[in-house]
Amino acid sequence: MIRIENLVKTFGAKRAVDGVSFAVERGEVLGFLGPNGAGKSTTMRMITGFFPPSAGRISVGGHDVVDSPLEAKRLIGYLPEAAPSYPDMTVAGFLGFAADMRGLDGAARKQALQRVVDLCFLSSVLYQSIDTLSKGYKHRTCLAQALIHDPEVLVLDEPTDGLDPNQKHEVRNLIRELGRTKAVVFSTHILEEVDAACTRAIIIDRGRIVANGTPAELRALSAHAGAVTLHAAGASAEKLAALGHVEPVNGAFRVTPKDKGAAGQLALAVVELARREGWKLDALHTEEGQLDEVFRSLTLPDTVKK
Amino acid sequence: MTAWHAIRTIAKRELVAYFTSPVAYVFLVIFLLLTGFLTFTAGAFFERGEAGLGAFFGWHPWVYLVLVPAIGMRLWAEERRAGTLELLLTLPVAAWQAILGKFLASWAFLGIALALTFPVVITVNVLGAPDNGQILAGYLGSLFLAGAYLAITCMTSAMTRNQVIAFILSVVMCLFLILAGFSPVTDLMARWASPALVDTVAAFSVVTHFDGFQKGVIDSRDLFYFLSVIGFSLFATSVVLRNR
Repeated sequence: MIRIENLVKTFGAKRAVDGVSFAVERGEVLGFLGPNGAGKSTTMRMITGFFPPSAGRISVGGHDVVDSPLEAKRLIGYLPEAAPSYPDMTVAGFLGFAADMRGLDGAARKQALQRVVDLCFLSSVLYQSIDTLSKGYKHRTCLAQALIHDPEVLVLDEPTDGLDPNQKHEVRNLIRELGRTKAVVFSTHILEEVDAACTRAIIIDRGRIVANGTPAELRALSAHAGAVTLHAAGASAEKLAALGHVEPVNGAFRVTPKDKGAAGQLALAVVELARREGWKLDALHTEEGQLDEVFRSLTLPDTVKK
Repeated sequence: MTAWHAIRTIAKRELVAYFTSPVAYVFLVIFLLLTGFLTFTAGAFFERGEAGLGAFFGWHPWVYLVLVPAIGMRLWAEERRAGTLELLLTLPVAAWQAILGKFLASWAFLGIALALTFPVVITVNVLGAPDNGQILAGYLGSLFLAGAYLAITCMTSAMTRNQVIAFILSVVMCLFLILAGFSPVTDLMARWASPALVDTVAAFSVVTHFDGFQKGVIDSRDLFYFLSVIGFSLFATSVVLRNR
């Protein structure tokens, strides 16, 4: 549904987005990760046609965003970063305006309004003016606006920002649910959301994609992915060294395999060794790799340089 | 969804927004008080002994100079400040539709304000036998005058997220459009400039083109002038928004 090729955006001398390419199909939820200022919002603003790319192509549902913007925009529901809305309107008025702008009328309009009000839990504040609402409600009002026309493509810029933990949970569930039938792109810097909602994630840093894969694939990039941690009385580092790189961690040993492909067999080999040597095995687990570790290792150089 | 539907939806939202905030009421009261005061006191409506509204329309370029930028300054500056510009321009509307919708809403609001000055028409009709065709032409000219100022304010409002800057810029631009044809200024210029130059500069002035309407003459050149100021300013607005 979304196809991006060699996207570039320059602001003066700064290349905010520098050669980004990816595609999102229906049924996918793509998590867009990256440190602040990495180019996430800039990319999303180009997808939604807020400003044109400096170079490269974007098509949404087969429509080029620059050449036929209206056709592309019709397919997209967009939640901008700060979840803006018109403060002097009521929630009902604002959503009604969004429905009108999407060309909904009559029964379809009524139904759409009811649907998003239920989906975003807005029925209790429907006739309140937006500037009297709490941040969570304002946020959900803007989210409701993005969903009003049941779009095929959803672009959500930090959809859980400023929500309390319960609301975050609800929104993640909603995103996962919507992702079954739509193409969803959402940006976040909360790594747990990747596991909670994404089928795929992209890590972007200084305008470039530095990683692209399923959450499991990204975790496997971790330096310690596939490592086996062993708590055992009598264990010795010298014996373990035959199996891989060994380092002591809090009274236990962590064995990192030399060959990542053979990671699956490492745990078995460690157990075998412990049995042969007569170590009293207390605990043993294979590390999946930590997303935050991957994130830091891929994006840290920038912060360090500064 | 047709272009007209989009323009109407945006215009409706904008017009309702005026009346849900105190802006509309404050503006209407001040506009009516000010035009009333200027017409009857400073304009010496009664002392003139004329059955016409010269004392009324003559003030409009000056009254609008302050009040129209006050009404138009929020149009785009506020959208930029609140971030709703991003929302509006990612909806399936072309920028020109949004620009036209917002402009028409504010223009309609100014039209409402102007229509509420109807008591002055009744007054002059009770006191004498004025040429009501001339008065109607005056109203039409006044509406176009307000539209020209408003279009200029649209443009300055799109340039900044600060309403005060938008206000000041548009007042200065509109002031220039008045002064270019304001007789003290043209008299001063005539001392050293050739008459052709004076006329050329004066031709840019709203005062020169508004005068015709006040005399009851609807000249196609005057209409063309106001429409081109509006058209140019709105086009400039779209250029500014595209290069934000």
